[in-house]
Amino acid sequence: MIEYRLKKHPILPIEDFQEITFYWNKKPLKAKEGEVISSALFANGISIFGHHHKDKSAQGMFCANGQCAKCAVIANGIPVKSCMTKVKENMFVESVEGLPELPDVEEKPDISDIEEIETDVLIIGGGPAGLSAAIQLGNHNIKTLLIDDKDKLGGKLVLQTHKFFGSVEDSYAGTRGIEIGNLLANKVEENENITAWTDSIAIFVFHDKKAGILKNNVYKLVSTKVILNAAGAREKFLRFPGNTLAGIYGAGAFQTLVNRDLIRPTERLFIVGGGNVGLIAGYHALQAGIEVVGLIEALPKCGGYKVHADKLKRLGVPIYTSHTVLCANGEETVSSITITKITKDFTPIAGTEKTFACDTILIAVGLEPVNEFTAEAEKAGIPIFAAGDALEIAEASSAMFNGKISGLKVAKFLEADIEEIPHEWYEKAEILKSEPGAELPQIFPEQDKGVLPIIHCLQEIPCNPCITICPTDSIKIKDDPIMGLPNYEGECIGCGKCLTICPGLAITLVDYRKDTENPVVTVPYEVGNYAVEKGDFVKAVNIDGDILAKVKVVGKVVNKQNKTQLIRLKAPKEIAKKVVAFQVQEKSVSKPLKEPIISGLMDDDSMVCLCERVTAGEIRNLIKNGITDLNQIKAITRAGMGPCGSKTCDNLIRQIMREQRIPPNKVIKNVRRPVFVEVPLGKFADGKGGCDE
Amino acid sequence: MSKPVYDVIVIGAGSVGVPIAMSLAGKKLKVLIIDSFPSPGQGNNKKAIGGVRATHSDYGKIKISQRSIEIFSSWKEKFGDDLGWIFNGYSFPAYNKEDENKLKNLMKIQHEFGLNISWISPKEYSKLVPGICTEGLQGSTYSPDDGSCSPLLALHAFYFKSIEYGTKYNFNETVIDIKLNSNKITEVITDKGKYSCEYLVNAAGNSGKEIGEMVGLDLPIKPDCHEGAITEPVKRFFGPMVVDMRPAEGSANYYFYQNNEGQVVFCITPAPPILGTCDDSTSVFFPQVAKRMVSLYPRLANLKVRRSWRGQYPMTPDGFPIVGKIREIKNYVHTIGMCGQGFMLGPGLGELIARIIIDEKASDDDKILKSFDPYRDFSGMEAFK
Repeated sequence: MIEYRLKKHPILPIEDFQEITFYWNKKPLKAKEGEVISSALFANGISIFGHHHKDKSAQGMFCANGQCAKCAVIANGIPVKSCMTKVKENMFVESVEGLPELPDVEEKPDISDIEEIETDVLIIGGGPAGLSAAIQLGNHNIKTLLIDDKDKLGGKLVLQTHKFFGSVEDSYAGTRGIEIGNLLANKVEENENITAWTDSIAIFVFHDKKAGILKNNVYKLVSTKVILNAAGAREKFLRFPGNTLAGIYGAGAFQTLVNRDLIRPTERLFIVGGGNVGLIAGYHALQAGIEVVGLIEALPKCGGYKVHADKLKRLGVPIYTSHTVLCANGEETVSSITITKITKDFTPIAGTEKTFACDTILIAVGLEPVNEFTAEAEKAGIPIFAAGDALEIAEASSAMFNGKISGLKVAKFLEADIEEIPHEWYEKAEILKSEPGAELPQIFPEQDKGVLPIIHCLQEIPCNPCITICPTDSIKIKDDPIMGLPNYEGECIGCGKCLTICPGLAITLVDYRKDTENPVVTVPYEVGNYAVEKGDFVKAVNIDGDILAKVKVVGKVVNKQNKTQLIRLKAPKEIAKKVVAFQVQEKSVSKPLKEPIISGLMDDDSMVCLCERVTAGEIRNLIKNGITDLNQIKAITRAGMGPCGSKTCDNLIRQIMREQRIPPNKVIKNVRRPVFVEVPLGKFADGKGGCDE
Repeated sequence: MSKPVYDVIVIGAGSVGVPIAMSLAGKKLKVLIIDSFPSPGQGNNKKAIGGVRATHSDYGKIKISQRSIEIFSSWKEKFGDDLGWIFNGYSFPAYNKEDENKLKNLMKIQHEFGLNISWISPKEYSKLVPGICTEGLQGSTYSPDDGSCSPLLALHAFYFKSIEYGTKYNFNETVIDIKLNSNKITEVITDKGKYSCEYLVNAAGNSGKEIGEMVGLDLPIKPDCHEGAITEPVKRFFGPMVVDMRPAEGSANYYFYQNNEGQVVFCITPAPPILGTCDDSTSVFFPQVAKRMVSLYPRLANLKVRRSWRGQYPMTPDGFPIVGKIREIKNYVHTIGMCGQGFMLGPGLGELIARIIIDEKASDDDKILKSFDPYRDFSGMEAFK
């Protein structure tokens, strides 16, 4: 039997849990108490949650964020979003086949007034930016209400098992995301000026200057002097034939399933998109013992950090740059993906098609700011600030730092006598959000005795914990103290601290002290599902993942606190400095099928509006007929009228507009309306929440 | 350079303007529609709830709506496009004797006009709307020949048909002046150009009053705001439009129905009215309407609200539209002040306006037009809105 729950993880603690029984289409199944229904279903190997009423297409996981309704199920008779609804003992869960039935209600409903709350600052989003901003505001004695839609503060930090980039003093570089989330959340919770609401979804900012918030399923109205939008980003979707099959979803959704809920939703994963999100998702998959068949990137080079790409490559995951998805294949759920090489102008090159068997395709083709709260607050005339991805898409380290700045900005806005924001903060903020810079050739140090670190970090990124941690100050960055490349110069004592802290796992230690011919190479390792022990032979690889030699494991040290394993390998001196890691995933995993599968579907068949089932062809036809008002496209096709409220299709429609060479000023934006997330009508009628189950 | 000359210029590409253009162009007239919005129906058409009834209280509205119902309900068969029409009927449940009497008195008039409307018992009503509150329920009117239709789909079907008939649409263009020579309009001036026409039709909805001012008329039209919303779709669970006519604090009546997609659409009438044309949603609407709806129909509590919006009823003092030719200007026609019923009256009015303009009025058209007479005494109130 396939195990759908994680039994071990190199970083995340796997705790015992209370098992409860629930029913899926009348069949009793086991769930973990407190988990959401979608995860309980995945844990039982169920990934199809129903069939769409319009075209009977299989429905399943998509955003894992409560934003769409693709994961809808019927729980105790009521249609709910399975990714947001906790499973309960003896809950009767059914798949949604066509339109759900609305059950009759016997009792008289409770009716009560909606509670209204006043605050000085409302922060929407308890991720790195929102938490950092709240801390600033709290420290300046400003009454702050911070809300987050999850049951735990930290935002996406709680999903990040990897160590963070940035600088130690500004953004906890070298510490794992999950731990940073806890650190910030504790600071917020300890601060008496800050009220933090979890399980609280902002649904709109109304014209009468009130924000509607559903707190633990009870509706509240909040009046505030200032809003700080730290609601993060949402993932962009991609258009390709077959993109509507179950098993195609965002990398963020995947991370939620794996790292928050400790579920293995897939056996064989394929990733589309070589930015940091896609690369990290691949790494998280490997950590969870999931096979990563491959990763493609349309550009000639991955947009994410080289160290992230390198980590995947050397563990055995092929990265295909200048490739795109030709089609996803399968009946209801994904069974394979066909990719093709593309030219510089993104035209597929015939004859280069390859098909890989996989059960899940992750889409990681970029993020866009969640900016609807900003727009509505502006319209309502509430002073609005933004931070983190809601302001500008960048790394979480940058979000923390600009959250800090935004928090102080808001404080200053409310109380003029607060200190000026240090100019260096702005400079640092600029650095932390820097795109990766130049890639330099690797030059190995001449030294071939004693002990020394080899730095396999060849691309300028905002990151410097190695220089901060070295006890002998032997790792230095010239010129720019964050962006520059680290260099070893000095006295290494072989402590290995730089190996443990490096977020890119890009430093090794070569120790010639005992044996100059066959030095010991220490490599950092954190993929526990592929365990290695002393005495094993492993395939040592270079930075590109090429196998250098089979080498023997001569030692293993596990840093209990940090959880990074240090694996000692005995390697011949010719290759010792080149060894970065060892391959864990067999090449056979990423072998294509003998013959590529090219589906009969065309680009016009690709789904653009998943909620209302509107294809690219329908949209393109309208555009060709001169219709460029998104409101009109919506009126005619219903694209954007579904539960997600155009969060998915808006981008895809704009893309088709661009392809049809419609000038941007001719494209009329969709008018945004409340509510940004669907809310049961009864919640507005009962401010006390009596009708809540 | 000569100005473009049209047989008819219609100001406003909405619920009323588009069917007018369709009817006129269908009669081979050269029609231009001018609208400030970037595409059709972007004013109040897309805000309309979609209820269509003939069960009014006066000859004009009844006749026009009956014709609209014919057009909506037969469109798919005739032209193929699905407008989302369903004959789901209307119902006005009465929860007190006073309302019961009011409705029953009105039914007498409606029966005189031959409308299919009857009084049904609380038990029968519970079959039509299973689970509705029966406490105090005296019974309900039920008019099964009324129905509902997607304002968006209907408008676009008419729009494409009107284009097929040769109508020209100028979007993103605003009429800024209208030139008169004695009692005739000679020129329509917009922010982009000048046009001549044989006839000018004012179907400008919220802006109807301003267009009237351009030709020297002072029209008693004041848009007031209403908020509406739509839910997720579920399997059909009740039949007719439900209109709860009781007043409550802050609101007059409210109404809801389940459309062809399975979504429940609802709307409330604020009391006192909120004047103006601001389209931004307020926090008042949801709690106000939800309390009333779930009290009346507890089953709705679990239905997820998907989207809400705010639009206007361009109101006249007596609740009747202003339609027809005027004495002061030979070549001008009113179709304004629709009081929130532009969508249901639109198709019928379109044909009527076409008959007026080509001077082929039907025998009862003058009787119809009496209800909408621009020169009437506006102090009377509609028997039932």
